Amino acid sequence: MSSLSILTLAPLLLFAFITTLVGIWRLKWAYAAAVIGMLLSLIAAGAGVFRVLAEGKLRHFLGGWPPPFGIEYVLDHLSAFMALIIVFIGLIAVVYPPEAGLYQPPRKGIPMYGLLLLLFAGLVGVVVTGDLFNLFVFLEIYSLASYALITLGGDRAVVASFRYLILGTIAGSFYLLGVGFIYFSTGTLNMADAAQRLVPLYSSPVVMAAVALIVIGMCIKMALFPLHVWLPDAHSYASPMVAAVLAGIQIEVAAYVVVRFMLTIFQPHYFIDVLPVTTVIGWMAAVGIIFGSVMAIAQRDFKRMLAYSTVAQVGYIGLGIGLANPLGLIGGLLHILNHAFMKSCLFLVAGGIRYKTGLHEIPKFAGLGRKMPLMMAAFTVAALSMVGIPPTAGFFSKWYLVLGSIDAGNWVFLAVILASSLLTAVYFFRMVEKLYAVPSSGDAAVEQATEPSAGILVPILVLAVGIIILGLINALIVTQLLMPVAALLPS
Amino acid sequence: MIKERYQSIIVQVICSLLIPFIQLFALYVIFHGHYGPGGGFQGGVLLAVSIILQRLYLGTEVSYRKFPPKLAPALGAIGMLVFGLAGVIPMLFGGAFLDYGNLPIPWVHGAELRALGILIVEIGIGMAVFGTLVLIFDSLIGEGW
Repeated sequence: MSSLSILTLAPLLLFAFITTLVGIWRLKWAYAAAVIGMLLSLIAAGAGVFRVLAEGKLRHFLGGWPPPFGIEYVLDHLSAFMALIIVFIGLIAVVYPPEAGLYQPPRKGIPMYGLLLLLFAGLVGVVVTGDLFNLFVFLEIYSLASYALITLGGDRAVVASFRYLILGTIAGSFYLLGVGFIYFSTGTLNMADAAQRLVPLYSSPVVMAAVALIVIGMCIKMALFPLHVWLPDAHSYASPMVAAVLAGIQIEVAAYVVVRFMLTIFQPHYFIDVLPVTTVIGWMAAVGIIFGSVMAIAQRDFKRMLAYSTVAQVGYIGLGIGLANPLGLIGGLLHILNHAFMKSCLFLVAGGIRYKTGLHEIPKFAGLGRKMPLMMAAFTVAALSMVGIPPTAGFFSKWYLVLGSIDAGNWVFLAVILASSLLTAVYFFRMVEKLYAVPSSGDAAVEQATEPSAGILVPILVLAVGIIILGLINALIVTQLLMPVAALLPS
Repeated sequence: MIKERYQSIIVQVICSLLIPFIQLFALYVIFHGHYGPGGGFQGGVLLAVSIILQRLYLGTEVSYRKFPPKLAPALGAIGMLVFGLAGVIPMLFGGAFLDYGNLPIPWVHGAELRALGILIVEIGIGMAVFGTLVLIFDSLIGEGW
């Protein structure tokens, strides 16, 4: 029994409240407390990955009660991988200075850092828990924290957040109803126990309904086309720091839940052959990739473009699940990691530009490339990675997805991946051209722009360098962490 | 909105008589939670109701002096911290998360220690619910924030 799963979660939960408490007296201390909490959690998450690599699955029984009676927390290759991504991106977002990350500083008494840590606690909880109902609790914790955080973006964000709240609650209820059906049929909520008891019930309509409800609920949460309607507003009106977290890690956790149900709780052939779950997800994702990319080209606002690009990028993750072969799933899971780095980097750049110049529309960015060379270099790295140019990380996840499509003999998916790379290139190179090639229009905001302070620059550069490092070490991540996960699928 | 004191003498007397009994009953519900119906959540709601009732009949001007609005988020956070620490401290002494059997209280053992552990958690939850509900009420009436 190892405590590393709970040790990743506990600092986040405890410091969410310590941060709130010290924030009542001194706002500066809240920042410090949040960073300490994230660092403690990052140490545990890093140690968790190494222990999992050395020993395999780590289990922790809450309160000392063994499953299936007690709640168990499980750290395996997939959850250790997800937990490390969540905590790392979370740390970057927390370190990012709030004056650039938020449009306006939150009113006194609004525990912004407490909410952020609670959001990360919910996300980590979802990936480490081995209990179906406990997963729902953490799902609601992170959802409620995100609704509140989105509203910090101003008046339009409140409306967007309310729309997301309604759809998110529907998604949460679908999940709960599905878990309820599983509980009626098996009498257990423990994932490992349910996995065994579900096998003889595979032909039961109740279990089929449960799978349908859970998958639809999670598709709403991960904004898979055509259930993405809440995402563009919520992510483009939220403050940059919040948007970075939401697009980078929050929606991917729902994809994790689908993968967890497909691989661990049910046997993969149930999702592939008995029910057409992976086929439906795959085709929805393929349409979503094209739709998101085309819509992103049509946007003038930088953050709105990024939000539509998220719809497309989530499609890649969905495509990885939909291909349902080891190479495709590796591509999808690797894209979770790469997208977390790329999209958070881009949203933080959007925050930096907005803070230094007040600009948010792409046509007005002309000439900024020379004024902020370092930040725009980071932007360019992230943009190249989104398009998928080696050696940036984005190339490799697309490469595995291409291999997976060839393996499955699905030439439409292959064409979609290649076409969407071109479309992504259109909307990012259009912006790179504005930044570097088009001369400044003489706009005062651009003329007076300078490189932002180190506090803004360092998190962005860490992510940009991370994108290149991830590209270089991707073989290591794939063989050590993702191969054991994908090996559960029939090739 | 509710700055003024409520005018009717009957309402004032009844409320001021009721509030101590509500609070006493709330404490009973919290401390009895692990033996019978009730617990931290229900007791915390009752405690919050007593403060909300006070806000309604005394008006916020007086009531904010008796129970400052800043206390509400602090109570909520402290309550959750008590819960979190009751979970983490047993881990320092070789148990699992929330394994009350390993709480470092030397003069209590076995089942009694577990009962004491769940009581600590109930008190934490009670404080958290108390603080949060008052905070929600204060935010809704929008005064002093």
